[in-house]
Amino acid sequence: MSQPVMVSGTILAPSSTMATRWQYLDNVRRNSGPFTDPDVFDASEAAATNMEQINVFGAGGLGCEILKNLALSGFKKIHVIDMDTIDVSNLNRQFLFRQSDVGESKAEVAAKFVEKRVKGVSITPHNCKIQDKDEDFYMQFTLVICGLDSIEARRWINSTLVDLVDMNNPDSFKPLIDGGTEGFKGQSRVIYPTMTSCIECQLDMHAPRAAVPLCTLATIPRQPEHCIEWAHIMAWEQEKPFPKLDNDDPEHITWLYKKALARAAEFNITGVTYSLTQGVVKNIIPAIASTNAIIAASCCNEAFKIATNANPALGGEENYMMYSGNDSIYTYTFKHEKKDDCPVCGNMAKNLDVDPNLTLQEFIESLAARPEAQLKKPSIRAEGRTLYMQSPESLRLQTAPNLEKKVGDLVGNGDEIGVTDPSLGRVDFKFRLKFTSEFVKAETNGHAK
Amino acid sequence: MTEIITDPTLPILHGPSDKEKKYDRQLRLWAASGQKALEDAHILLLNSGSGTVGVETLKNLVLPGIGQFTIADANIVNESDLGVNFFLDEDSLGNSRAECCVKLLQELNPDVKGHWLPLQETHTVQNLLENDRKYTLIMYTYPIEPQDLALVQEYGNKHKVPIIAIHSAGFYSYFRTHLPGNFPIVDTHPDSTATTDLRLLTPWEELSKFANEFTSDIDNLSAHEHGHIPYLVILLHYLEKWKAEHGTLPSTYKEKTAFRATVSAGARTNNPEGGEENFDEAAAAVLKTISAPTLASSVKAVFDYKPNEFEAKSSFWIIASAVKKFYEKNKQLPLPGSVPDMKAQSTVYVRLQNIYKKKARQDVAEVLAAVRALPGGKDIDEGEVETFCKNAAFIKLIHGSEASPDNITTIAEAEAANDETAAMVGMPLSLFPIYLSLKATSHVPTACTSDILAAIDKTIPGASSNPRLAQVAEEVTRAKGGELHNISALTGGMVAQEVIKIITKQYIPIDNTCIFDGITSRTQVLRI
Ligand SMILES: [Zn+2]
Repeated sequence: MSQPVMVSGTILAPSSTMATRWQYLDNVRRNSGPFTDPDVFDASEAAATNMEQINVFGAGGLGCEILKNLALSGFKKIHVIDMDTIDVSNLNRQFLFRQSDVGESKAEVAAKFVEKRVKGVSITPHNCKIQDKDEDFYMQFTLVICGLDSIEARRWINSTLVDLVDMNNPDSFKPLIDGGTEGFKGQSRVIYPTMTSCIECQLDMHAPRAAVPLCTLATIPRQPEHCIEWAHIMAWEQEKPFPKLDNDDPEHITWLYKKALARAAEFNITGVTYSLTQGVVKNIIPAIASTNAIIAASCCNEAFKIATNANPALGGEENYMMYSGNDSIYTYTFKHEKKDDCPVCGNMAKNLDVDPNLTLQEFIESLAARPEAQLKKPSIRAEGRTLYMQSPESLRLQTAPNLEKKVGDLVGNGDEIGVTDPSLGRVDFKFRLKFTSEFVKAETNGHAK
Repeated sequence: MTEIITDPTLPILHGPSDKEKKYDRQLRLWAASGQKALEDAHILLLNSGSGTVGVETLKNLVLPGIGQFTIADANIVNESDLGVNFFLDEDSLGNSRAECCVKLLQELNPDVKGHWLPLQETHTVQNLLENDRKYTLIMYTYPIEPQDLALVQEYGNKHKVPIIAIHSAGFYSYFRTHLPGNFPIVDTHPDSTATTDLRLLTPWEELSKFANEFTSDIDNLSAHEHGHIPYLVILLHYLEKWKAEHGTLPSTYKEKTAFRATVSAGARTNNPEGGEENFDEAAAAVLKTISAPTLASSVKAVFDYKPNEFEAKSSFWIIASAVKKFYEKNKQLPLPGSVPDMKAQSTVYVRLQNIYKKKARQDVAEVLAAVRALPGGKDIDEGEVETFCKNAAFIKLIHGSEASPDNITTIAEAEAANDETAAMVGMPLSLFPIYLSLKATSHVPTACTSDILAAIDKTIPGASSNPRLAQVAEEVTRAKGGELHNISALTGGMVAQEVIKIITKQYIPIDNTCIFDGITSRTQVLRI
C-alpha cells in the first residue's frame, strides 16, 4: 500500500535547558485546543498549579495505577482508602508492592511509594473500610475515583455521594469515576450524582452469577464446581475442621479441595483442582496488569479533563466506556440513561414484581439474587410501619414474627416499601410492589367457611 | 484438563508452587502454556521522543513475567521526563534514560531480566540489530529516524519477528502491528456462551438410543424421573415428534417458536411448583441449539487459504487441511464434545458427557488418521490435533504482514463516506484523521498544523478540506510531540495485551492498526 507522506525534519534530543518538569501537561493545560470548551477552560498558571484534592478508593490493581496516573497528571493532594493487606498473588499487577511488602497495608505502602517517586505530590493513606468514614470526610473532596472489586462498596459510595448532594451548596456535588476489570475486559464510567445515571441505575448490567440450587449440591452434583460448593457450604458446616473458614489459609483450602475431590470421585465427576477450588471459594476474577492499566488510565484521563477542562470529558452525554481485548480491540462508549425509578437517585419508586404468597422471609431472601436489587441484609418498612429490621437486636426480635407471614398479609398490591441495607449506606431503596399472582389468604381458625 | 485419580484416599494434594501463587490471576487466563511462551520471550523497545508509552507497555509485560527485555534509547533524562515517566526519579537526571528505566522496571519482578543500550554514535540501531541476539518481538515508538525504521523492518522480515509501532502524543495515540506472515490462532478463547454445540438436529445413533431410554414411555414416568430428564433429551424427543408430524425439522423462526411452545406444553404442572425446571431449561435452549451448524466466515477463510510452501509444513496447516477433509466428508466440523450443565441426575449427566466425549474422540481419530496420511503429518502431536478439533469452530487467521489491499486514499474515502451517514444518525466518527495526523509527524518531534495538513494533502489530495481533519491536526500540534501520561498508560495497556496475545498465540490480536481518541474515549481498529 502507499504510505502517507510525512513532515520532514531532524529529531534532536529535547534540550535540557528548556525543559521543565510539567511542560507536556502544560501544553494542554495552558493552551486550548480545537475541541476545548472556551467557556469553562482556564489557561492561567494558577489554574494549572492548583489542581484539586481527589479521593481514591482501593489501592489494588486499579488503585496502584490510579495513584501513579494522578500523580503524573498534576494532582497534588490525594487520599487513598483501602483496608486490605498485600498478598503474594497481588504482585503480578499491583506494581507498587514488592515481595518484602507482603502483609503490609496496601494504602500505606502505595502512598509512600508514589510520594517518594513523584516530587511534590502528597498522598494520605487510610487503612480502613470506606464505610468507616463519615460525610464530613467525603465533603472535603472535589472528585472521587473508585477502583474497587466489590459491588457492595461501589453501591455504598454511590448512595453516599448521591445523599451528599445539597442543591443549595455546589461544593456538595462530587463527580464519581468508577473502573472495573475482568480478564481482558473492563469498563470505566463517570457519574454526576443526582444528575446522570448512577451505579444503582446501572446495577442490572452487572448481574450476580446465578447461585446453584442447594438441592443440586446436596443430591445431584454434576460439575466440579458443585462438588466444591458442597464442600464449602455443607461439609464445612457439618464437620467444622477449623473454628472459622479463612479463604486465604492454604490449609483450609486444602481441606475443602480434599473433600470436593472425594465427592467428585463418588459421582465420577472430573475436573476438581486446587486452583479451581480456590477460584470458586474466593470467587476469584482473573486480573492482569495490562487491563488494569487501560481502565485506570481511562478513569484518570476523565478526571484530568474534568479538573482542567482541557478537553470535554465523559459524563453529561456519553458516560460509560466498555472495553474488550479478547477478540481484537473493541470499545463501546455510550450514554447510560438515568432511571426515574432508580431506588437511589430517582424520584419514583421502582416497580418490583413479587408473589404475594411468599413469606416475608422468602421475599427477603429473593432480594439478594435479583439483579435489580442485590440486597443481602435488607430491612423493610411499609408506609409508617416496620415490617422487618435486621438491627438493633431488640427491633429484630420485635419484627421477627413477620418473617413467617405472607407478603400479601402485610402489604397490598401497589403499596410502596422502603428497603435499607446496612452495607449500602443510609439510602432508602424505594420499591412499588406489583403482585404477580392472586393472593390466597391463609385460612385462620374460627372462621367458618 | 488433567484426569483426576478416582481413589479418594490417594489424591494428589500438593498445593500451588510459589510461582503459581504469584501468577494465579493470569494463569486463569492463559494457563501454563501461555506463561511458558511469555517466559521464553525477549522484547526489544526502541525508545524515543518523550519516551513513556513504550516503558508503560514494558511495565505491563514485566509484571506478568516476560523473560527478558531490552531498551535502546539515545536520550539523557531531563526535567520533562520526570513529569511524564513513572520509571525515573530525581536521581535519574542527567543519566541514560534507557539505563534508568530498565533499573526501575526490573524492580517490579525479580524473575525478569532487563538490558539497556544507550544509543550513541558508537552504539547505533545498526549495531544493536546486527548482533546475534534474537528478539521475540520489537516495539518502536515515534518519532524515529527513517534509516533506523528501515533497519527494524529489515530485521523483522529477515528473522520473522513481529513488530509494533507506537505513537502517542497529547490526547491521541495509535499503534500498528506487523506480523511475520499469516498468523493462525487455535486457542481463541471464545465466550463460553458461544461454544455449545449439541448436534440436536443430527443426533448419532448412540445419542438417539440414550434419549429413547428416557422418553419412550415419557407419560408414565414418575414425577421425579420426569422432572430430571436432561433438557437435551427432552429436545431430542420433541424434535422426533415434530418431524413425524411435519415431515421436516423446525427451521424458520416461526416454526421454532411453535416448537418451543410444544416443548413448554410438555411440562407437568400438577405439582407444587406448577412446572418443571428441566422443561424450562429445554424451552430456553430452543432458539440457541435448534439450528443447523453454519461454518463461521473465519473458519471458511482458513479452509479457503492456500498456504505457501513454507507455511504448508507447519502443524497448523497440516491439521487444518485434515479438518477441511473431515468437513467436506461429514458436512460438519469435529464435535467439541463438551456438554453444558443442565438439571439431571448425576449418573445420567455423566453418561451423557461420556457419549459426547466418545463421539469427539472418534472425530479426533478420523482427523488424526487424515493428518498422518498427509506429507509431514507423521510427527504431529496428537494433543495438538485434539485441541484443534475442540476449537475448530473458532479458529482464526490474522493477515499479519499483508497490508490492506486498499491504498490509503481508498481507506480515507471510505471512512469519509461512513462519516457522512454517521453524522446524520449520531454515530461516532472515524478516527482515521488521528492516524493521518500522527503519521505525518513520524519523523519530527513537533510540527505546525499547516505542515501536517500539507503532508497529508500530498498523499490524499484535498484531504485538508475536511474540517475535522484540520481540527485533529490542530490538536496534534497542541501537544508539541509531548505525551500525556494517562494516554500513554492506556495505550501501553492495549499494546501489552496485543504483545501477550501474539506471544502466547491465544485470544485474537488486532488486524492491524488501533487508533485511540482520549477526547471521546473511543478506539477504532482499521486494516491499513
Ligand atoms: Zn440512579
